[in-house]
Amino acid sequence: MVDFRMPSLGADMEAGTLVEWLVKPGDWVKRGDIVAVVETQKGAIEIETFETGQVEGILVELNSKVPVGTPLARIRTEGEAKAAPVAALSPAAAPVISPPAPAAAPPAIPPAPAPVAPPPSPAVAPAAPARTRISPAARRLAEARSVDPATVTGSGPGGAITYADVARRAAEPTPSSERKRAPTLDLDAMRTAIAAAMARSKREIPHYYLAHQVDVTACEHWLSQKNAALPPDNRLLIGALTLKATALAAHSFPAFNGFYRDNKYEPSEAVHVGVAIAIRGGGLAAPALHDADQLSLDDLMSRMRDLVQRTRAGRIRSSEISDSTITVTSLGERGVETLYGIIYPPQVAIVGFGKVLVRPWVVDGAIGPRSVITITLSADHRVSDGHAGALFLTEIGKLLQEPDKL
Amino acid sequence: MNDIDIRKVVQEELNNIAPEVDMAGVDPKADLREAIDIDSMDFLNFITAIHHRLGIDIPEIDYPKLITLDGAIGYVEAKLGLGKT
Repeated sequence: MVDFRMPSLGADMEAGTLVEWLVKPGDWVKRGDIVAVVETQKGAIEIETFETGQVEGILVELNSKVPVGTPLARIRTEGEAKAAPVAALSPAAAPVISPPAPAAAPPAIPPAPAPVAPPPSPAVAPAAPARTRISPAARRLAEARSVDPATVTGSGPGGAITYADVARRAAEPTPSSERKRAPTLDLDAMRTAIAAAMARSKREIPHYYLAHQVDVTACEHWLSQKNAALPPDNRLLIGALTLKATALAAHSFPAFNGFYRDNKYEPSEAVHVGVAIAIRGGGLAAPALHDADQLSLDDLMSRMRDLVQRTRAGRIRSSEISDSTITVTSLGERGVETLYGIIYPPQVAIVGFGKVLVRPWVVDGAIGPRSVITITLSADHRVSDGHAGALFLTEIGKLLQEPDKL
Repeated sequence: MNDIDIRKVVQEELNNIAPEVDMAGVDPKADLREAIDIDSMDFLNFITAIHHRLGIDIPEIDYPKLITLDGAIGYVEAKLGLGKT
């Protein structure tokens, strides 16, 4: 039996309000399932369980505000009868209590279960009762948004319908009444959270800044060729290429991918890229796109679309809040040439992409128009120096020369 | 489906992306990216929604034609064979 506790979703969080249960006693859950929604300063966060088992009891009433660490529900773990079900998980509630153990620390604990990937655990069977294969969270969402699961194409394992599938379906042709739902994002609270994180960053992190101009004409050609044959759902944006290139480079340059905590740097083996997402009306969030270096461009793009949509709708998952090992921020086509990001602690680097501009450029000794993007790096001088930073940025630029290999 | 309906569909889909915008007040000839503050992913979502809702193909090369409200409506009408004559 383990307690499912109110997680800490950032150093500044002391309490959270439980606003929705997605499970009830008797339900089977598996690692990575969304079991509850908690309202915090950062908006409504979907909380995932790190356990596989059966919900034994709900301990906290809806709409109660409880301190971090408070048991919210009790889960009878899958291997309860046996000894320890999954040895690596034994510090039972640990992943959900205070520092939500992102990355590196004990490599045995993959901190971020990919939301759609099923754990390699025998519990998958009881967790997914036959009928239409649909996750509990997806079913609940389908009910809430009046989406008939039969009309949803599942992208999960074995065609199972995931939360994201339902969200996508629900967002398609939306009757005007529904889209006027009050946003769950509190922009004032979000501003307070940004202020706290950025002030801390500027107080504690000795930033250094580098910029590098890169010709991305090859990326643009490759994208227009690829997209020409694809329906809009599957088209890629250049943001997917820059994100992937950054993730691959981050994997090769561990001094920019990890956490600086307690006067010590812990590089991360996994690359979870925080994607800076602007919120309409003036807000910013940077939820993690897990294992971005491992995803194909197509998967990366659909994850990005899902992440942006959920973030703007005020639906971020707990593992997406604190897992990021590096952040990418892009101004997009309406931005300006160059931006210098501020590192999100406890990370140690943020990579910025300005607007793609057509510039006179020398190629093979002749001047011609090329599409050029300015990539910047803000990095933590306690961990790395400009020389390493320059190599890191150069690597991102090199990777963008061969988009077909990303 | 006539001109009014297409306008309504296009405005509705843009409103799904920018719910706080009063589409009636948007200059029909203004660049939507600036007029209602949408980025490339928002625009792709708009194209995707129109594609699903009206069943028309909108190749990427045509995006510039849909960058204003009037342009988008005209483009969709032409694709559906509803051009104003």
